Amino acid sequence: MADIEKQVINGLIGLRDWVDARFPLMKTWNEHLAKYYAPKNFNFWYFFGSLALLVLVIQILTGIWLTMNYKPSADDAFASVEYIMRDVSWGWFIRYMHSTGASAFFVVIFLHMFRTLLYGSYKKPRELLWLSGMALYLVIMGEAFFGYLLPWGQMSYWGAKVIISLFGAIPLIGPDLAEWIRGDFVVSDVTLNRFFSLHVIAFPLVILGLVGFHIFALHEVGSNNPDGVEIKKNKNAEGIPLDGIPFHPYYTVKDIFGAVVFLIFFFAVVFFTPEMGGYFLEHANFTPADPFTTPAHIAPVWYFTPFYAILRAIPDKLGGVVAMGLAVNIFLLLPWLDRSPVKSIRYRGMNYRIALTAFVISFVSLGWLGMQGVTPLYTWLARFFSVVYFSFFFLMPFYTAMDNDKAVPDRVTDK
Amino acid sequence: MKGYKRLHNLVFILSMMVSVSVSAAGGAKLMHMEVDLSNQTSLQRGAKTFVNYCLSCHSAAFMRYNRMGKDLGISEDVLKKNFMFGTDKVGDTMKIAMRESDADRFFGVTPPDLSVIARSRGADWLYSYFKTFYVDESRPFGVNNLTFKDVGMPHVFWQLQGVQRLTETDSHDGAHHIPTYEDLELISHGTQTEDEYDQTVRDLVNFLVYLGEPIKLKRTKIGVWVMLYLFVFMIITYLLKKEYWRDIH
Repeated sequence: MADIEKQVINGLIGLRDWVDARFPLMKTWNEHLAKYYAPKNFNFWYFFGSLALLVLVIQILTGIWLTMNYKPSADDAFASVEYIMRDVSWGWFIRYMHSTGASAFFVVIFLHMFRTLLYGSYKKPRELLWLSGMALYLVIMGEAFFGYLLPWGQMSYWGAKVIISLFGAIPLIGPDLAEWIRGDFVVSDVTLNRFFSLHVIAFPLVILGLVGFHIFALHEVGSNNPDGVEIKKNKNAEGIPLDGIPFHPYYTVKDIFGAVVFLIFFFAVVFFTPEMGGYFLEHANFTPADPFTTPAHIAPVWYFTPFYAILRAIPDKLGGVVAMGLAVNIFLLLPWLDRSPVKSIRYRGMNYRIALTAFVISFVSLGWLGMQGVTPLYTWLARFFSVVYFSFFFLMPFYTAMDNDKAVPDRVTDK
Repeated sequence: MKGYKRLHNLVFILSMMVSVSVSAAGGAKLMHMEVDLSNQTSLQRGAKTFVNYCLSCHSAAFMRYNRMGKDLGISEDVLKKNFMFGTDKVGDTMKIAMRESDADRFFGVTPPDLSVIARSRGADWLYSYFKTFYVDESRPFGVNNLTFKDVGMPHVFWQLQGVQRLTETDSHDGAHHIPTYEDLELISHGTQTEDEYDQTVRDLVNFLVYLGEPIKLKRTKIGVWVMLYLFVFMIITYLLKKEYWRDIH
């Protein structure tokens, strides 16, 4: 018995060595997992990177199976989604995982980005890591936007119409650009077909490439941590960071636990409240797209509403579009707007703490306002919070430079 | 302790996001109805009402008769005899014979497909709608509706419910008064008492909710098992993590 066991193990080792002689198998394994040293003091906020990867896998797998049954045409799209919901075995399950996954993606990414704001992870030397993450965020917003047209319900249709028309506000090329995106004078079968193509192949390819870039960039500079201390500054004789532990097995087992906790929330939505009260699946989207009937109240899905509120807060259409674009993209400048020598909020002064709190409040408030109908009060509130939102960025060089930061320890602390 | 507090904050933020959803609906306050999909006889009665009263003008083109039979415990024989009038193939979907162009001429608008009507309108809206038809001679069918103003549909249940009228349209000081559900009054009785009609409507709405999402009957039951599995798995993965992390710190 033991002999057979030994033979099997030797055989597997032989196979590994055979591959290793032809492909950097062990090298890759060690560089990215077994000998990638991560700070030992990761906390709650450090689950969301691996969770984003998990959601991406869920979206790709469920997307593949949805594509097997979905029909990207104006005549068949709505019916094919209901066909998936009723006649395809477990089709409802696949579809709800995909629709819940879209919202979960933004929950996870917003929290992942918030972690970066908490601990200054965008600061030198992680600027490229931050920029690639931002690129991912922008591409995923596009991916979500294209995907939302596919069920061909009223919100799919009118939401797409409103967003595409925003491009029409750009001077000179605007109207032609909007027509070029639609491929037609109005949102139509042609638009649906090309959005399908972009959603199922073009953007996913870009996302996968960027995820690879993001992870390679991370493993080159190493992870930041809640103390904002560079663990590479304190190494032992073998060159291993004193405060670092191998990603595998320590963070693989920890992230598996995090993944299961996440899946409890995720499947609670999938099985018990897949519409999430009209937030993940909007009620009006169960009415087939009708180009001749404008819905009473057009609101984008929740993850776009903060930016939608900023768009509506500005009376001028072009001004609104510019402000909205700026609100989404201004995060790109963070590494250069932040003048503080300190990374983590633990050692920052009151200025940054107050600014970040005000930013979070304004972001959530704008998100709520973006779902409401327009009233004079709400418009003024949206304007107020838009000013707070942009002040967080534009005033950052000043309030971070003048902050009374505390001394940062040499080594990471234990919580 | 600190970590716990942060988690607590996060849960608070998430629960805020959910509670906002309740306030999203607009318009008049609807009458509320508690949907009960566990009551199979109610669903069967609702199905009967649906095929008898709705399924001649409205289709449910995404729903198959035999799926309904299987889910609601109706045998194929009974299905064929009492529920199917336009076709004899139990695997067919609930289509109707009326052409769209004819429907347009009859009602001024094509009656919508009802497959997912409960998902777009909501149970409370449907419940209120069926109970708020009233006499209005200015309308083509002689009735209007408080929930759906100037609706093109006749009051198909008038024989069951009887006839309602709006008691008062203008208040004493001459200001325009927006009528509410309390302003409706039954002026001639139908074949059902008020309670019986209320039950008929509840059965029908229950059925429409089922029709909107047939898997809803089973979805939550499967979900309980998924949750149980994940909780056990969570404990195992937590112990695994703890075991590995013993050597750190």
